[in-house]
Amino acid sequence: MKRIFLTAAGLMALLHSFSQKVPDSSIVPSRKLTIDEVNIVSSYYSQNGNNAAVTGGIGSEKLTDIATVFDIKLTRYDKKLRKHSFTGELGIDHYTSASSDKIDLKANSSASHADNRIYPSLGWTIENEKKGHSFGLGVSASTEFDYKSFGGNIHFSKKTNNRNGEFTAKFQAYLDKVSLILPVELRPGGEREHEHYPTSSRNTFSGSVSYSQIINERLQVMFLADVVQQQGYLSLPFHRVYFADGSVHQEALPDSRFKLPLGFRANYFLGDRFIVKTYYRFYTDSWGIKSHTADIEVPVKLTPFLSVSPFYRFYSQTAMKYFAPYQQHTASNQYYTSNYDYAKFNSSFFGAGLRLAPPGGVFGAAHFQSIELRYGHYAKTVSLQSNIVSLHLKFK
Amino acid sequence: MSKKKYVGLLTAVPVASLLLLTTSCKTVKEYQKNKLNDAEMTLGNRSIEKTELSFQGYREGASGANAGKTGGGCGCN
Repeated sequence: MKRIFLTAAGLMALLHSFSQKVPDSSIVPSRKLTIDEVNIVSSYYSQNGNNAAVTGGIGSEKLTDIATVFDIKLTRYDKKLRKHSFTGELGIDHYTSASSDKIDLKANSSASHADNRIYPSLGWTIENEKKGHSFGLGVSASTEFDYKSFGGNIHFSKKTNNRNGEFTAKFQAYLDKVSLILPVELRPGGEREHEHYPTSSRNTFSGSVSYSQIINERLQVMFLADVVQQQGYLSLPFHRVYFADGSVHQEALPDSRFKLPLGFRANYFLGDRFIVKTYYRFYTDSWGIKSHTADIEVPVKLTPFLSVSPFYRFYSQTAMKYFAPYQQHTASNQYYTSNYDYAKFNSSFFGAGLRLAPPGGVFGAAHFQSIELRYGHYAKTVSLQSNIVSLHLKFK
Repeated sequence: MSKKKYVGLLTAVPVASLLLLTTSCKTVKEYQKNKLNDAEMTLGNRSIEKTELSFQGYREGASGANAGKTGGGCGCN
């Protein structure tokens, strides 16, 4: 009898211990500033082609770029249980360019053959999870030898009452400075090096709206629209244009450009292993370019923690009205460029990604949440081809 | 097609699609969102696509409508 009583008492104690209410951090969120997420993305990009704008639409477009972006996200809750997110990002690019080297046609390896770009940014967002809205601000900068940029943004989001839809509005402004580095033969006196180059302004203002909607347990869609206005010096000063008479000129483009891109995304979870991600964009601008972009990516879950994601992107654009190839512009043209990025072309971009996100962390490291490797090959119908490989490490 | 009709069509198609989709969808509760919350179901661009979007911005005339940058910050368009 004593044994039965002791066993019953022990079981009662055990059950009681299981029924103790453990404080749930999701109900009583931390007011301390905590690291939410750290991301490191590193990429290697390499391209080649034969239509460099620096040499007037002919010549090597060989270019390599090594880019690394480090970002950190911190969060805390305030007294009113509003979530504050702070983001910091630092990107560093190192690139080499065969065409930039040809600012001086006689140079073999001039100062312009390689450069670094550094681009930090900071952001703050306050989110009221109960009411389903958020508001945020951000600043950014970017600097390289011939280009400086300062940006600011403000954004607002509101979820629908049933939390199945979300509207977002964002306004961005970039105030940029372009150094006026001319092709050497067009400089007064043909000077090779300058201590200080004069600069010109390029300002960009954009408004973006998006609306995302959950359709059912497997399908969600998003509509995106931007309006972008650019003002100022919109050419690149070292791009050459050769006229039909053989004379050489600096690229000349209007000092205003209006862009209107409209996008649509739809993601569908098919069965238990497949996700179908689609994207379409229509684009038009005041310089006469119209384009269509269609993208499909199909992540396949080989296991719950390992997936492979083949993708294909098709892009098509009409030529800008100021574009003509090498030696086809004439003195009667007010604006002119031989930059093949503004020519009529189609392009294909395809490749695959591999993502590993085991529940115990990558290589057993609890905070190392996921690792992803992605490769893509890009080919234009106007000679340019490129390859890119990217690695993403995520820590939580 | 005239410019006015073209702009009208551009506005009407997304608005009609939006209306059609939002009126035909069902409310999905938080506990039913396990598939929608999968890391690879995200509707925005993922971090690993950052450099891809950057080079496409340089090499193509179009940019924007991808919840990313819409200009500035580099010598691209």
